[in-house]
This record gives sequence, C-alpha cells and structure tokens, in this order.
Amino acid sequence: MTMQVLAVDDSRTMRDMLRLALTGAGIEAHLAEDGMHGLERLDELPPPDAIITDINMPRMDGFGFIDAVRGRETLRAVPILVLTTESAAELKARARAAGATGWIVKPFDPESLVRALRMVAG
Amino acid sequence: MTDPMAEIRASFFVECEELLEVLLDGLQSMEDGLADSETINVVFRAVHSIKGGAGAFGLDALVAFAHRFETALDELRSGRLVADGEVLRLFFTGSDILADLVRDSRDGNPTDDALVAPVRADLEALAATTAVPEADTGVIDFQPMALALDLDLDAPPPPQADAPVWQIRFRPEPGLYESGNEPLFLIRALRDLGALTVRCHDDAVPGLEAMANPEAGHIWWTLQLETTEGEAAIREVFDFVDGLCQLDIEVAPGGLDLPDLPQPEPTSAPEPEAAPALAAPPDGGAATAPKPASTPPGEADPRAAAATPAPRATVRVDLERIDRLVNLVGEIVINQAMLSQSVEAAGIPPNSPVRSGLEEFLQLTRDIQESVMMIRAQPVKSLFQRMARIVRETSAATGKEVRLRTEGENTEVDKTVIERLADPLTHMIRNAVDHGLEANDAREAHGKPREGTVSLRAMHRSGRIVIEIADDGSGIDRSRVLDKAIRQGLISADSQLSDTEIDNLLFLPGFSTADAVSNLSGRGVGMDVVRTAIQALGGRVSIASTRGKGTSFTISLPLTLAVLDGMVVRVAGETIVIPLSAILETLALGRDDVRSFGPSTHVVGIRDRFLPLLDLGAELGFRAPLEDYADQIVLLVGQEDGSPAAMVVDAIDDQRQVVIKGLHESYGRVPGIAAATILGDGQIALILDPIDLVSRAHGCTRRPPVASDRIANVQTGRDT
Amino acid sequence: MTDVSTTTEPTKDGKTIELLSFLVSGQDYCVDIMSVREIRGSARATPLPHSPAYIRGVINLRGAVLPIMDLSARLDLQSATDTSRNVIIVVSTHDRTVGLMVDAVSDILALPESKLQSPPEMPSDEGRAFISALTIVDDRMIRVLDLSAILPTANEDAA
Repeated sequence: MTMQVLAVDDSRTMRDMLRLALTGAGIEAHLAEDGMHGLERLDELPPPDAIITDINMPRMDGFGFIDAVRGRETLRAVPILVLTTESAAELKARARAAGATGWIVKPFDPESLVRALRMVAG
Repeated sequence: MTDPMAEIRASFFVECEELLEVLLDGLQSMEDGLADSETINVVFRAVHSIKGGAGAFGLDALVAFAHRFETALDELRSGRLVADGEVLRLFFTGSDILADLVRDSRDGNPTDDALVAPVRADLEALAATTAVPEADTGVIDFQPMALALDLDLDAPPPPQADAPVWQIRFRPEPGLYESGNEPLFLIRALRDLGALTVRCHDDAVPGLEAMANPEAGHIWWTLQLETTEGEAAIREVFDFVDGLCQLDIEVAPGGLDLPDLPQPEPTSAPEPEAAPALAAPPDGGAATAPKPASTPPGEADPRAAAATPAPRATVRVDLERIDRLVNLVGEIVINQAMLSQSVEAAGIPPNSPVRSGLEEFLQLTRDIQESVMMIRAQPVKSLFQRMARIVRETSAATGKEVRLRTEGENTEVDKTVIERLADPLTHMIRNAVDHGLEANDAREAHGKPREGTVSLRAMHRSGRIVIEIADDGSGIDRSRVLDKAIRQGLISADSQLSDTEIDNLLFLPGFSTADAVSNLSGRGVGMDVVRTAIQALGGRVSIASTRGKGTSFTISLPLTLAVLDGMVVRVAGETIVIPLSAILETLALGRDDVRSFGPSTHVVGIRDRFLPLLDLGAELGFRAPLEDYADQIVLLVGQEDGSPAAMVVDAIDDQRQVVIKGLHESYGRVPGIAAATILGDGQIALILDPIDLVSRAHGCTRRPPVASDRIANVQTGRDT
Repeated sequence: MTDVSTTTEPTKDGKTIELLSFLVSGQDYCVDIMSVREIRGSARATPLPHSPAYIRGVINLRGAVLPIMDLSARLDLQSATDTSRNVIIVVSTHDRTVGLMVDAVSDILALPESKLQSPPEMPSDEGRAFISALTIVDDRMIRVLDLSAILPTANEDAA
C-alpha cells in the first residue's frame, strides 16, 4: 500500500520540493498551503500515514495546525514532522510540546526526508 | 521531460518575485504606520521563505543575506526593535539587495559583494544591538540533517572487519506514544544500520483489567546492534524521541556473545512483538479517557483565521501555451474576416440569418480575444515597485528627499509591455528626481515643501493604458531649452516655437537639459531613447510642464502587443498596414501644397510649415517616384524628432484591428517594416514601422532613386 | 552499430538516405527528405522591401509567415521560370522554415550514403558553396543542396 503523506507549507517552492521528494520515494503526496488549508485537506482525505508541516505560515501556523490535528480523534496518533530552518533546541522543544513527532531541518534532501518519515511512519 | 529540479528552481525564482513584492508591500504598510504584528509576520515570512528555498538550491550568498535580514526582522517581530524611519530605510535597502541577489542567482551572475556586504553588516549590527545574547545568533545555523549524518558516518571509526556490537536499552515513556512516535519504526531504522537482535520485555505489562492507560507504554526492549556506524548514528535514530524514553547505548562487552539474551533471534525485526496495537490509540472504544492533546479540536484558532483572507485561486500556466492561444484566437479573427468577405461576395442580404449569425460570431470572437489578452495581463504593481527602488536610489545619490506616490497599481497591462516599459520608466523617474526636482533647500526657499514628490499613475483610458510620471519640481526652463537647442544647432536661431514645441525639443536625440551631465541619468542617453522605446511598443509620450510647479510625462500604450489598430492602405498594388498611433493626420494634397525643394525632393506646405514629402511606394522600392503629387493622399506621420513627415500612399482602404505576426523570427529584420499580418483574403500584408521608415528614407520624389528596383537591395541613406 | 539484420540494408557499409529530387531551370537538384515539411502549389507572395532578389516575398502558410526563395535566382541559374507552373517545397533546417520555389518535383530517391560523393573544387563557381554532394542516378547528375548554406542567416538580411 502506498504511504500517504500530507505536506503543509506556504512556500510553493517547498511544496514542489516536498512533492518531488515524496513521489520520488513512491509516497503519495497531498499538499496544502497553510494550516487552515491543511485541515481542509484532512477533512477530504482518509487519515494520512504521516503529516509534514512548516511552522511559520499565514492564516494558521504549524503549531496551531498540529494542535488542531491532535485534537481530532482519528488523527491523534498520526506522526507529524515539523519542517524547520532552525535546528535550535528551543524550536524542537516547542514543536514537541505542540505534539509533533519529529522534525526535518530545511533544506532537506529527499533521502533524509524519507528516512525521517520511515522513522515515524514505517 | 525536463529535469524536475530545474523546473522547481525556475518556479522558485518566480515565487521569489512574488515574495519580494509581498515584502515591499509590507514595508510600505509599515512606512504608512501600519506596523501591526501580522504585517511584520508577513514581511518576516517572505524573507524566511526566500531563505528556505535558496537553501534547497545551495544559493549560499542569498541564504547568508536572507538569514541576516531574517534575524533583523525577527527582532522586530519580538518587539525588541521598532520600525522607525532609519530601520525601515535599511529594510527597504535590504529588500533591494535581496532582489538583486535573487535575480543574480537566477541568472547565474555574481552579485557585487561591495554592494551587499555593507547592507549585510548593517542588518547584522541592527540585530546585534537589540538581540538577547543567544548561543548561535549571527552564525548560520543551517545544517541539513542528512549532511550532518553523513559527516558522522565518515568521521568516527574507520571501517573494520568485525564491527563493534552495541547494546541498547530502550524504554519508551508515555510521551513517546503521545507524540505519535512508534517504537517499531525506530527498531526498523536500527535494523538498517546493521545486524540487529531484539528482545522485548513485557514483564511490566499489567493485566488487562489493570491497564488504566493503554497509551502509557509498558513494553521495553534490549537490542544488540552490530554496526560500524558509530554511536552518533544510533543516537540519530532516537533523535525524535530524545527525552521521551530511557535510552542507554554502550558497546557490548563480549562482542557477539550475548549472555543475558538466551534465545537471540537471527536478524529480522520482531514485528509482532512491537505491539502496535498498544501503541496505537484505541479507536474511540476504550472506556478510559484518552488525554486530549491540548486545546479543543475542530476548526482553527479564530484569531489566526481572521488575519488574512484566503488567496485567490490561481493556475500557473506556461507562457508558451498562452501565446499559442493568443495566436489561435488571432487565426479566428483572420478566418472570420475571410468568411465575412466571402459572405459579402456571395451577395447575401444584410438581414439574412447568415449575416446576423456572423455578426454574433464577430462579437463572441471579440470577447474571446479580449479574455485571452487578459490572461497575459499583469498589474503594473511590480513595475511600480521597481520604480520605488529607483526613487530610493536616486534620492540617496542626489541627496534630495523624495516621496513617491503611486496610483493605479492594479491596472493591468500585457506582460511584455510591462517588461519593456521598465527601461524607459527607469530613465524618466531618474530624470524626474535628478533634473525635475530642485534641491531641498531651494524648494524651501521657494516656499515649497522640503520633500519633493514624484508621482506615478497608471489608468485605463479608452482602450489604452496611460501612465503618467509627474514631479512637483521647477518645471521646464523653456528659454534655457531653446538656447541650448540653438547652440547645439538642433534648430535655427530664429525659430519661433510654441511652448509645446519647445518642450518637445527634450525628445531630440542627444539633447540634455542638465548643465552638468549627471552620473545618474547617464551621458548621451536622453529622452529620445525613451520615446523610441515607447513608440516601439506602439505608444506615444507627451510632455506638459508649468514653470515652478513641475513637469509631467504621459505615456499612452496599447493594451496588448498582439493586435494593432491600423490603417490599411494601398501602395503600388500592395497592401500595407500603418499603425494608427503613428498617424497624426490624413489629407489630400492640392497642387499648391507641393513645392520642389532639392534636385530630387519635395516639401509639403501645411499650415505654414514645410514638411518633407516621402513617397511610400518609392521608399519601399516598389515603384519609381510619381514625380507629380497633386491630388495624392498623404499621411502625416511623426518623425523621430517629433516633427511630422508627409507620406504619400495611393489609397486608403480601411481602418481596422489586425493581428500582428512576427516577421523577424521567420525571415529577419526588414528595414521600415515592423511586422506582418494576414488580411481577410488570406494574403499577407506588411505592417509599416513609420519611424524607422522615415529615418531611413531617401526622400527621393522627383527622379528614380539610384537603384530603382528592389532587386538591387537599395542601401538607403538619409542624404539624397 | 551491431549488424543484426542485413535484409533491409542495400549494402553492408552504410545507411540509406532518402532524397527529394526536383528541377530548377532544367537542372536536377535534391534535398534530404527529412528536411521537407510539405510540397504545395505556388501562391502570390507579398514582396518584402529591400530584400535580396532571390526572396520572392512571404506567403500565408496556415497562419504562419513563410518566406519564399526563388531557388533558380539563389543558385544564379537562368531564371526564365514561369511562376504559375512553380511548386513550393517547404523545408526546415535549424529552426528556420522557408519555401523553395522550384520548377517541378521529380522523384523520391533512396540511395546508400556511399553513393554520394563530395563535389569537386570549383573556385570560380560561387554556386558550388550550396552543394554538399553529388550523385548519379540513371545517368543524370543530381546535386544535393546544402540547405543551411542556402538559407540566409538573420544577419545577412538585416540591411
């Protein structure tokens, strides 16, 4: 079964990169432009195997998004990876406090992205 | 297929342009006193996104600069810094440099570090004055995870024949499961590092009845991993669960000998033992209350939601596809003209269903054409933002305080028109600041506000776009312009010129009003270049000035370059289209209007002015000059210097919109010809470039030109 | 190249080349058929001012502007051609498309490449520059046109 991943990022370039990296690894990529859009996508989709989200986004940022996802009964256990340009410990702590499963440091290469996904979603 | 990374890279630069626009918009809002947190956030995000993408493509210079910029903006975001005049000016400059870096990165050009470095240093200094001392500020903390991992792999132990065996005790805490992590996957990841033996300890699992919280995690593992990868690689696997488990990693004392693991299973990971059922949430069912993550579920935080409206849905389309569509619509227009002609020729009466159906078809085609043209249209905003930068730079270079007012930024124009307007507009804006506005002190002395104003307006007016560049400077000093033109021999000393005519002298080639040639406006490049560029777009530029009040230039342009309003004329049996925008007047010559001038030339006297007479048929080499021009039809067309020339044609057929077909791509440049079009009868007609034709004209109207046949490829010159 | 099947090869040593042969002022010429886009009847061309004599003008080829070259004028042959009888061969090389006005199309020839020989050095003959090879078919000498040499470059016609 193909792994399904929802990737949320407000940068079109990042979305393109994510799609390329994911589809290149045989993973089906669903994309959203911000947290709000991510939630809308989640309404339409069956629960994905994992979610990747940026932090700083318009309308609803990554923290708000993770919060909302974790608040949904069916999505509580979905692994969520946070995309971050900073590897600062503080940010990781915040991401975890918000309920993220792990993080990916931007810029990522497709391999590390997929490896991180495998670590949280098999 | 093209390289997907190259495609993403290209689209990254497109996105950068959008982000730069957002950035400038945000800074502008701040300057207008709207420095709320959302505006600051938008600005921050724009720079942040540019940095993120740039990192992905290894654009180091761009990343380094964006990082400094972002850090400084973060100070703003955290409230440690206030966006006052000085700070904002630096941010505007920062945006300009960022834009340079983006474009240079895109085009593969090096960016002059002499321009970048001082701004980078200023941004850094700005951040440093306010930043709370933090471990890694200023340093680019920007290490791709995989790279770090690879380094670890390479660095520590050199590959050995027998790899060390690591003993790992891994005991998840409840938080591990709550964060969505899954021990099974971590164990799998370990397996990828080398030979793994796993032992699951379920001794802590309580009986079902006692299992108050199934998510608490009662299982733990001891694992033995034979790998050359080193401890860092093993710890990397547990990176996400650091602090969410008890983890001990040590080199197993006895190598492969595992005394405390009586029945080591060969190598494979024990999938069933990982007890995913316990780790996964009990889908709704369990009586035990699962801990809610934190804030209530469902819809978004309303505060965040209200902040910005959802962006309008757009589709990105390859420009080539649009151009193809534009071409096809052009075909329809041509075909329709042909059809109309056949219908007419067939003698079908005006009120017949065929005629009225055709009429409706005509209307629909026009609508489609307009809609297709709108696809290529873009707001002039990006152009105006570039001009804002020119104002900032020119203001800095001249030491004049200048405010730019823009209006009609959302007016839409054809993309190519926008691109090709950039150079002439830049020149005009520089002129306005450099030559138009007085120095600040002089302004005050004249009772004007110290700060000069340059305004840039765009609007649609009767099917054309009008762009106005105005300054509130001293206006044109006409006596000085006149003096200068006479001294330069551009006009004779006794010329009697109206104010408008004097103003138009500014458009003469090589004319410069500033006494000292400024390093900004450049030497020798004058308003004539501006006029030529605008005429090449099928546009016109006019000038108006009031002494002491200021000067304004008005550019009027067609909305698109794909169609043209033309006059269809006949010359020597050939059909020629002349752009309407170039024609000032049409008239029939009386016998007394034409006077012989030189041995082979005529002039036409119109309202007490003598204009050169050109025979279009002879100029194009289609026939010999007519010699006698009485009763001939002439078109007055603007020359390069703005004064008209009289052009003889045999007949005027029609006035209509034609679809422009490039000639350059299929054949090459033809002197005096701008392009081609296809007429209703399917024949190709040439579209004249009147300015070019007049500037190359031999003007011979009395005896055959030196080489009368076009076969000889006449080398035309200005002199006769 | 591996010699898997020789049945379709007329000779062992080379590829077959297909040429479209035609008449220009009574002389036999040909072009590689791969460069031929279409063959069509003559149409009235719109003359281009200040163009070389061999450019007849431009015609409308399904919405595209197609320059027409009078081949006999280009090759400096006696041009007593009757325009109404002419045929236009539309050829493309290097992204440029042009219509060659010829007297008549003769045949499609399939020849092994080995049958083509280089033209001899003829310093006094300017037209030679436009011929890339020669061949003999049924005792007739057929000249292979060098299309890239014959098409004027963009610079050449910019007067």
